[in-house]
Amino acid sequence: MQAIDTPFLLLFFRAVARRLEENREALCGLDGEIGDGDHGTSMANGFAAVVSTLRDIDAAKEPPSAVLRKASVAFLSDVGATVGPLYASALLQASRAFDDRPDLSLSELSTFILALADGIAVRGKAQAGDKTMLDAWLAAAHAARAQEALGARPGHVALKAAEAAEAEARATATMIASRGRAALLKERSLGHQDPGAVSAAIILRTLSDVVSDLAEQAP
Amino acid sequence: MQRFFNNPDDIVDETVAGFVKAHRDLVRIDPSNPRVVVARNAPVKGKVGIVTGGGSGHEPAFIGYAGRNMVDAVAVGELFSSPTAKSFLDAIRAADGGAGVAVLYGNYAGDNMNVKMARKMAARDGIDVATVVANDDVCSAPLAEREKRRGVAGEIFMWKIGGAKAAEGASLDEVIATAQKAIDGCRSVGVGLGPCTLPAVGHPNFQIEPGRMEVGIGHHGEPGTRLEILKSANEVADDMVRIVLDDHDLPAGREVAVLVSGLGATPINELYVLYDRIESQIVARGLTVHRAYVGNYFTSLEMVGATLTVLALDGDLKRLLDVETACAGF
Repeated sequence: MQAIDTPFLLLFFRAVARRLEENREALCGLDGEIGDGDHGTSMANGFAAVVSTLRDIDAAKEPPSAVLRKASVAFLSDVGATVGPLYASALLQASRAFDDRPDLSLSELSTFILALADGIAVRGKAQAGDKTMLDAWLAAAHAARAQEALGARPGHVALKAAEAAEAEARATATMIASRGRAALLKERSLGHQDPGAVSAAIILRTLSDVVSDLAEQAP
Repeated sequence: MQRFFNNPDDIVDETVAGFVKAHRDLVRIDPSNPRVVVARNAPVKGKVGIVTGGGSGHEPAFIGYAGRNMVDAVAVGELFSSPTAKSFLDAIRAADGGAGVAVLYGNYAGDNMNVKMARKMAARDGIDVATVVANDDVCSAPLAEREKRRGVAGEIFMWKIGGAKAAEGASLDEVIATAQKAIDGCRSVGVGLGPCTLPAVGHPNFQIEPGRMEVGIGHHGEPGTRLEILKSANEVADDMVRIVLDDHDLPAGREVAVLVSGLGATPINELYVLYDRIESQIVARGLTVHRAYVGNYFTSLEMVGATLTVLALDGDLKRLLDVETACAGF
């Protein structure tokens, strides 16, 4: 498995669900500072719903585009808040990136990340710097693009994407929110990290770990 | 604070289950979606359907306003969290009597997105959906940016008046215009004296120090515009009246409806202490109170505090407000 294919996605979603479950309370706490305190619940429940939806699929038969579409529907049916539509849209956009291909090469990781970011941008209509999850996703997509252009190996591309997302999530503390519920706070949102950017960074760090585990197993 | 619960993850389902049992004469659970509460008599053939929805933890809102001449179907979200797009869609389907559906909801990012997606999906079913977004919370944005304001207890007036209009057999356009007029006539403010806790989180999301109060607080503990020393009930009431009426230029002689709601943990008697002063202040401004509602109409778990909503009436709104309804919330 040296590609973003159905087994990769199943592994990735399981790992994301686990990490978000571990971070459920921390994310709720961050959200409580500037929002309504439900972000950890929405994220952990959302990816748990994805894993549960995909539990019985036949990895040999389902192409990644179908897996991502199912994951998208799981988000839409099981998660409300802003997270439901935003990640549903991200996963749907990612499924389109595959068309009917059985996989994307790991050297096309930035295409996968960018598709997820695009889906969030289209649905949420946020701009870079609005102090949202999109900031972390865009930072990761740019970093991945740049590393691929330099010819970096997939493990390094994924690592740099995760680091960029984490740096941007920290940087959201210096931004004034202009989207979502935190926007109502304006200047009072300063000094608080955006929980959506933090959870995005967790997802991207998980992606990096999954990719580097695969790279280590490669012959 | 000690609380009654089993597994925190089951609170919403158990709330809905208990509610539907207690009010089985008024409501039922949608057979296709346990997170949709439907009025017993819905859908009414040929009547515009009224739908709302929102996060749980605000009881009796939102489910308590499902009933006759009120809301036909309610989408139920997790605590303080928008319902799913699927739940809004199922509520729209349940309310659809063939004359279109008005979704009357509050201005929050999650609700906006999920209603928008549900509306798109309902269009594929051939259901005509139109929306009114409540934005009555004065302190959440300046008047010039009213479209950014949150929806709070004014939503109850929007449902009541929109529901009555639909019951009269009005068209979807007429119901929407009337519900919009109702929410445009509403101004609200909240004052918080103590925080609330999501049971799954286990500790308050924010703190209000003893002896302080937060003026302009939101329905989920969104911070207010002013953190002040706790004053007497009369001074707080004066401040609340000033905030809502200064935002709303009403000529003397205008009739208004007034709603004072507790936020969950404030005793009802304190609400009447506030109301005593609120009404005299409103009257002192030359306005007439046509009807008042005092009680727990729209809460925020166990937040300590209260909200004030003033609705400016005209002949049409007054008549619709007075239409008899049957729902658990009133």
